Amino acid sequence: MAEIRNYTMNFGPQHPAAHGVLRLVLELDGETIIRADPHVGLLHRGTEKLAESKPYNQSIGYMDRLDYVSMMCNEHAYVRAIERLLGCEPPPRAQVIRTLFDEITRVLNHLMWLGSNALDLGAMTLFLYAFREREELMDCYEAVSGARLHATYYRPGGVYRDLPERMPQYKESPWTKGADLKRRNEWRQGSMLDFLEAFCADFPKRVDEYETLLTDNRIWKQRTVNIGVIAPEMALRWGMTGPMLRGSGVAWDLRKKQPYAAYDKFEFDVPVGVNGDCYDRYLVRVEEMRQSNRIMKQCVDWLRKNPGDVMVRNFKVAPPSRMEMKDDMEALIHHFKLFTEGYSVPAGEVYCAVEAPKGEFGAYLISDGANKPFRVKLRAPGFAHLSAMDEIVRGHMLPDVVAVIGTLDIVFGEIDR
Amino acid sequence: MDDLLLVAWTLLKVLLITIPLILSVAFYTLAERRVIGYMQVRMGPMHIGPWGLLQPFADVFKMLFKELVVPTNADRFLYVLAPLLALAPAFAAWAVVPFDQGIALSQIDAGLLYLLAMTSLGVYGVILAGWASNSKYAFLGAMRSAAQIVSYEIAMGFALVGVLIAAGSLNLEKIVMAQSGNLGFLEWFWLPLLPLFLVYLISGVAETNRAPFDVAEGESEIVAGFHVEYSGSAFAVFFLAEYANMILISFLTALLFMGGWLSPFQGLIGGPLGAPSPIWLLAKAVFFMFCFLWFRATFPRYRYDQIMRLGWKIFIPITIVWIAVAAVLVVMGVLERGA
Repeated sequence: MAEIRNYTMNFGPQHPAAHGVLRLVLELDGETIIRADPHVGLLHRGTEKLAESKPYNQSIGYMDRLDYVSMMCNEHAYVRAIERLLGCEPPPRAQVIRTLFDEITRVLNHLMWLGSNALDLGAMTLFLYAFREREELMDCYEAVSGARLHATYYRPGGVYRDLPERMPQYKESPWTKGADLKRRNEWRQGSMLDFLEAFCADFPKRVDEYETLLTDNRIWKQRTVNIGVIAPEMALRWGMTGPMLRGSGVAWDLRKKQPYAAYDKFEFDVPVGVNGDCYDRYLVRVEEMRQSNRIMKQCVDWLRKNPGDVMVRNFKVAPPSRMEMKDDMEALIHHFKLFTEGYSVPAGEVYCAVEAPKGEFGAYLISDGANKPFRVKLRAPGFAHLSAMDEIVRGHMLPDVVAVIGTLDIVFGEIDR
Repeated sequence: MDDLLLVAWTLLKVLLITIPLILSVAFYTLAERRVIGYMQVRMGPMHIGPWGLLQPFADVFKMLFKELVVPTNADRFLYVLAPLLALAPAFAAWAVVPFDQGIALSQIDAGLLYLLAMTSLGVYGVILAGWASNSKYAFLGAMRSAAQIVSYEIAMGFALVGVLIAAGSLNLEKIVMAQSGNLGFLEWFWLPLLPLFLVYLISGVAETNRAPFDVAEGESEIVAGFHVEYSGSAFAVFFLAEYANMILISFLTALLFMGGWLSPFQGLIGGPLGAPSPIWLLAKAVFFMFCFLWFRATFPRYRYDQIMRLGWKIFIPITIVWIAVAAVLVVMGVLERGA
């Protein structure tokens, strides 16, 4: 009789559930996974090396392109590391704006995650529902920075500019017209803060809507409960962070444990799971969206009451305004120096991390005193999560691999860097 | 000469069924995209023709002009045969479907058996497609499909046995007529055979490999399953077969459990509203066709072993128990046995 061999299957890099360019070599016994071997590097762009040859500020844009669904959180880690080395503290309003946009980013990321995870498990409607809300928040990104994805909004010393006084409105087009146009523009009559307030008031209802489709759905539960169970010790051993860790019941959140930006000003809870399975991580992320919404609401209230600078008035780090530049020689020189040479950062090393939506995103900087970093090391949460893939999925079935990839919330921009 | 006329007449009748069927498949694909689009707060096709009405034809022409790629290591004969094997039974089954009293291509007394045979044959197309493609993804899809269809065939068969007991006939027209009475839609078999009705409907979704039972295609797991290697018109044929099957299952559900062309107000009110009409049959079938789309937009996909569990551990016991109940109902005279 012929020898029975296991089936080896290439899962990706061209695969609808590979979330980008994951190449997973699966060894299957029937449909049961014997071994899962993730191959990475297909989206490697050498971000860390590129950053070594540019003035500090010019690398901020690269950070957006790492985890391209939680853009501003990546910027935040990098910008904070530079600030720490420079020893400059952004003004409080900038800190709150950063908090606000970190949370907007978290909602953006979790919506993307929720939609794509549901799509992976076959519930495709949710994907489009999630994108409907994402669209609104994308408009906020666009309103402050001019870009929907790669914002480059955070700068060492604050944020690029204050929140806009009015929201851009939809124009009539063959696709948006009549009642639809009116509904969309209804929130956009006032400033961005008005818009966000309207969004925050509406969003919990939307989350309820998502939950109606999934939380008590028997099929959804069958597909996620007890799938991809991660024990707390295992999560810690693999260096997991964020919802992956909290889903296993470890209440570790940098926003609470090492508060940065303005997180100590605002009230929020950190949800944790019990069993550490896909379902718990789903619940944790859904609850995080609600908590983010809560923080956003508080930020909006704070920002309404406290106008002020959003950038340090230190022209060695932050550029002077264009008005000043036009009639002040000193300002012109500062401007010229900043946009040609950049600023020099005192020698030293620093590690700065933020609680990105996927987990701890950290930037490790070494400066030799020049205007370019000597070395940048970026800690991407997804990499640690993906490395545990084999241990998580062993013994599961092929469709569970998809569920687990979904729940890991991996984005290849940050894993391959 | 008479024989020739008979052949011509039969061919005409065949055309009268197949051409509307193919057209309804075309517009069903459009309806699917529009309905699901509406459920998903987006538009669906809307540019080709008014309200996107010509979209299916654009799709057909696109498919026809595409190259039919045969993988190098594929078994060419089986690879070409498979789509035809999937399509032929899906169309052949329509031979016994009555559209009104006395209107059917052939009224054979073993109609129900014939249907069961035809719908079961469709799986060979799927299995052969997966096997002949010589692709790992397609092979997994074929294996899943084989296991799934075999187990749901049983539940479906048992559900039909219940109908057989209640109607006392395998002839589809007699089954419909056994559901006539004076209590409107309460006379139909869905009420006394409620569990069987639900099992049949769900098995029907599973038989046609539609969401949430679309593991044979399993878009996000095995890419497109059994037809991952098919392109152009061969792919279109699988598509045609799948949708023809969905329409067939919708018609059968309407005929077997929902009184076919009988009015839901039969015996309650007179006039055209209470009279039997093919429009009723069409309306009921369209409702079930809509349900197929609705399910697809709502549910996540089952895992393949969970489908097996549902089939073997839940549906089959339910049907067996209810066949006994139906038999008791008939013996006790609660359920009137058709003439």
